Amino acid sequence: MPLTAFDEMDLGPAASQTQSQSQSGQAQSQGSSVRAPYRDYKRWLDAAPGDMLARRRQEADLLFRRLGITFAVYGEGGDTERLIPFDVVPRIIAAKEWKRLRRGLKQRVKALNAFLDDIYHKREILRAGTIPEDLILKNAAYVNHMRDVTIARQTYTHIAGIDLVRTAENEFYVLEDNCRTPSGVSYMLENREAMMRLFPDLFAQVRVAPVGHYPDALLQTLRDSAPPNCDAEPTVALLTPGVYNSAYFEHVFLAEQMGIELVEGGDLVVKDDIVYMRTVGGLKRVDVLYRRLDDDFLDPKVFRKDSMIGVPGIFAAYKAGNITLSNAVGTGVADDKSIYPYVPDMVRFYLGEEPILANVPTYVLRRPDDLKYTLEHLGELVVKEVHGSGGYGMLVGPKSTAAEIETFRAKIIAKPEAYIAQPTLALSTCPTFVESGIAPRHVDLRPFVLSGETMRVVPGGLTRVALREGSLVVNSSQGGGTKDTWVLEEDESDDIAAGEDD
Amino acid sequence: MLSRAADNLYWLNRYVERAESMARILGVAHRMSMQSTHGGTRNDEWEAALIIAGCDKSFALHGGPPTRRAVIDFLAFAPDNPSSIHACLKAGRENARAMRAQITSEAWESINAAWLEMRTFSMAKVEADGFNTFFDWVRERSQLFRGVAEGTMQRDDAYRFMRLGTLLERADSTARILDVKYHVLLPSAADIGGAVDYYQWGALLRSVSAFRIYRQIYRDSIRPLKVAELLVLREDFPRSLHACFAEIVQILQYLRESYRRDYPSVRLAESMLLKLRYDDIDSIFTRGLHEYLTSLIDTNIELGAAIAHDFMQPN
Repeated sequence: MPLTAFDEMDLGPAASQTQSQSQSGQAQSQGSSVRAPYRDYKRWLDAAPGDMLARRRQEADLLFRRLGITFAVYGEGGDTERLIPFDVVPRIIAAKEWKRLRRGLKQRVKALNAFLDDIYHKREILRAGTIPEDLILKNAAYVNHMRDVTIARQTYTHIAGIDLVRTAENEFYVLEDNCRTPSGVSYMLENREAMMRLFPDLFAQVRVAPVGHYPDALLQTLRDSAPPNCDAEPTVALLTPGVYNSAYFEHVFLAEQMGIELVEGGDLVVKDDIVYMRTVGGLKRVDVLYRRLDDDFLDPKVFRKDSMIGVPGIFAAYKAGNITLSNAVGTGVADDKSIYPYVPDMVRFYLGEEPILANVPTYVLRRPDDLKYTLEHLGELVVKEVHGSGGYGMLVGPKSTAAEIETFRAKIIAKPEAYIAQPTLALSTCPTFVESGIAPRHVDLRPFVLSGETMRVVPGGLTRVALREGSLVVNSSQGGGTKDTWVLEEDESDDIAAGEDD
Repeated sequence: MLSRAADNLYWLNRYVERAESMARILGVAHRMSMQSTHGGTRNDEWEAALIIAGCDKSFALHGGPPTRRAVIDFLAFAPDNPSSIHACLKAGRENARAMRAQITSEAWESINAAWLEMRTFSMAKVEADGFNTFFDWVRERSQLFRGVAEGTMQRDDAYRFMRLGTLLERADSTARILDVKYHVLLPSAADIGGAVDYYQWGALLRSVSAFRIYRQIYRDSIRPLKVAELLVLREDFPRSLHACFAEIVQILQYLRESYRRDYPSVRLAESMLLKLRYDDIDSIFTRGLHEYLTSLIDTNIELGAAIAHDFMQPN
């Protein structure tokens, strides 16, 4: 890695040398070398007894175990629920930074929604040649059944999770857009609950913008999206694939917090293009379904015939305008890796604005110039398969052998349109409590953007942290953890909590 | 509420109540075996515990005599015995996990904590620490769960179906525990009214937390007729069949009015309640207590099926 990672807490190398000593009780003289958002926290930490964090982390483990905040699944039988490691050191973002992020997030999601509406209707962006037509129409995530389907408010991705990485002061890049069924928001909320329980004194000293109203905002967003022919208070339900899904905890959590029914496919029945749920009092009509089930499994009559967890006939009800699905069907085409490089163009095309949030510079290998550059610099770049996910089908140039690079070169030359390339970024690090004390670890951030009658972004998001030294991998399946994300409040008149600034 | 949710919650409480009943059954067997006059060489009490729990056939498949150790191990800890305390708490916790959106976080935490703690118990540990400590723990956890639910949950359908689960299971358990006496010893003429008889009826009363209540109500020595009357016919004793059915009927009538439908289960429960209200204990004994209890247990099973049909099965 050519660059030193941006340390979100400490200003310089002088400070980082003594980081791990703060927990052994040694005096910290570098108060001035701490970045502004962390100053109050650092003061509190320095005054705390040496073993405090270790004890609180043990408490946190017990707490999470007792509350049953787990991920992963049953499956093979036996008890395979696991806890996601929770780090007790918060990640802190200044109010000013957040305001800019929030504006950028809203702008980006607005453009993504406009894009989705466009490609399923007028296709202006394709006719203008801004995005190559075959990239969309031949995309595996493009759902032909959605062509000319009218949906409420023309909103497709009511709930978007935008993955961000930071590389420098005021420099955030969007790593990925998640427009289908982004998960993780329950950890954002539970992490905050845990922190308030473990460190009540800290919250008295640092003014952290609250996130607890997210479920309210989500419910409002879902209600806002009710179909036009729903003339009463809309009935909202959350559709889960069931208890074996890895995000089941989150489904239960959100349904509980919103006070809506958590339904499985078998609980729903479609009659005359109207969706009902089976209740003890008989059938009850559903108007809005927050579905956490992939398109493919939604309706065996239209998509995968072998889906046992879907609802036969629901797509016809959707097309008839009798139910809103959140997120809409076919949103996957907006978060495809091959589409990602064009999102800044979408912002310009639909909103006539310059993007506030930058993409990671991306080489699209179907473009001859980009291909040429990439082939010449394979050793420095990360190359990704456009339809790959979870770290498969990737080349990490700086960490690969010459032979691996040559093998990949041949694959790229054979099918350049299947790849994109990006420079390796010096991701920011955040202080994290590990075996040796507090040490910098790489983090990313997933804030959640809600699009209803208005757009809302609760101040914060899910911060994932790579617990192993030097590792960039934050995935929970590979030993990543999470931490609470604090957006600081500036003053009484601050609008951070409301999430409204436009 | 969803039919599936009603079903899950109903069974959640049945499982928790069943774990408690199992601890009560084992407790009474344990107590009886300690006061047995035949010096612990026979296994009547433990055999009876298996019969009452409805586990005698599955136990027989395991082989071996029904010793104290074998029976407690089977009814308390065997993971492959679906009626064991272990299995009930596990299944209850699974149902609660699936229904977390329907119950309060306090109720969930209570059952989850019970299950986590259950996993720390084992036959070896219980033998070392004393069986009663464990039986008491099971009862307390079950009571705690019910208390937490009672103290935190909204009085909605979720709560009503949970109560129905508790009450049906409890009625079943009280009938079975009372029937223990029939299974333990068909009293020989010499025993009736004797010391053994006294201790056995006393143990039975204690097993349903009714020893003191009996004294207060009857102000009399322990007589089989009155014990049976207390457990079956007294509406003011919370574990009696009459008390259980009075509340079952109340809940079902509420649901009938709420959904404006005619449910066969409501009529069945109502007829059962009428019987309990107007039967008297002398005629029950004349007809045979065991036969009477068996018929109650059968009707209770029928009622469970009718409730499932009326409310929990997809229409």
